Amino acid sequence: MRWLWLDRILELDKAKRCVAIRNVTAAEDVLHDHFAPGKASDAHGFNGGPTGCAIGTVHPAYPVMPNSLIIEGFAQTAGILTGHANDFKEKVILAKIGKAVFTGISATPGYTLRHTAEIVQLDDRGSSTQGIVEIIDPADPGAPPKPLASIEMMFSHVDQNMQGLEFPEENFVFTDQFMDLLKRSGVK
Amino acid sequence: MSLSDQDVFAKVQEVLEEALGVDEDEVTPHATIGEDLGAESIDYLDISFRLEKAFGIKIGESEMFDPSILSDPKFVQDGKVTDAGLTALRAKMPHADIDAFAQDPEVDKLGDVFTVAMVCKFIKSKLG
Repeated sequence: MRWLWLDRILELDKAKRCVAIRNVTAAEDVLHDHFAPGKASDAHGFNGGPTGCAIGTVHPAYPVMPNSLIIEGFAQTAGILTGHANDFKEKVILAKIGKAVFTGISATPGYTLRHTAEIVQLDDRGSSTQGIVEIIDPADPGAPPKPLASIEMMFSHVDQNMQGLEFPEENFVFTDQFMDLLKRSGVK
Repeated sequence: MSLSDQDVFAKVQEVLEEALGVDEDEVTPHATIGEDLGAESIDYLDISFRLEKAFGIKIGESEMFDPSILSDPKFVQDGKVTDAGLTALRAKMPHADIDAFAQDPEVDKLGDVFTVAMVCKFIKSKLG
């Protein structure tokens, strides 16, 4: 995790669950290189179109956060959960994405993504995790978050599983910027 | 509750289908996990986690296979597992068909012992 793709940790229950958010902003260049095709909104206001639009509205193509980067946000959430379980002593590497199923709702600018990761199994070798990504409309804070994806991931404790290979002694996974994220999120 | 051989195979089959994204009919008893089912190194950890969950057991790090045997010069010489190495493999992997491997004990062919049947036998031994 040498780059940060989360804004804030909301919950961190040791070796059990981590909840983090990521705001989607139009100020990010990557969104303007990644467009979803325009479609008419369905009765839920989604149908693959921008969230919260009137039924039947036809939209032109619009910028969205790519699913690969949504997976990255979940990976950082679940990676922090796995690292925190051993007080960040292990170098935690994303080993495998077992499943990533998207509902079709687009992550458009102005909305917030909420990643909830849970540990399924954890031992000396690594962890298996599962969880969901939801989208929250800040203009309607009382509305329930809408499901965007369900994901399963495995993480490896690299020093335990790559015997014979040498890695730097310092923990190059959990760098200062991640520790800063934990601090400003109030995680002890 | 003890599981029949058929029950164990069915569960192992399900685990391998999920972990490796293979079809049910590919997971035959003689299929090798690496060569036939396409498992890569990290898949073994995934398979191990899924087996633990499916059968409610704990699998130790080197229990199914101890890689330290292959890094010991006493056990491997000129790319082949020595007689001492074969003895060590038999002792550490009673669930594997080491006799068949011993016919041509090239290290590169050790993957052939990792069959679906071997995993089932290992699970049966864990379940007691």
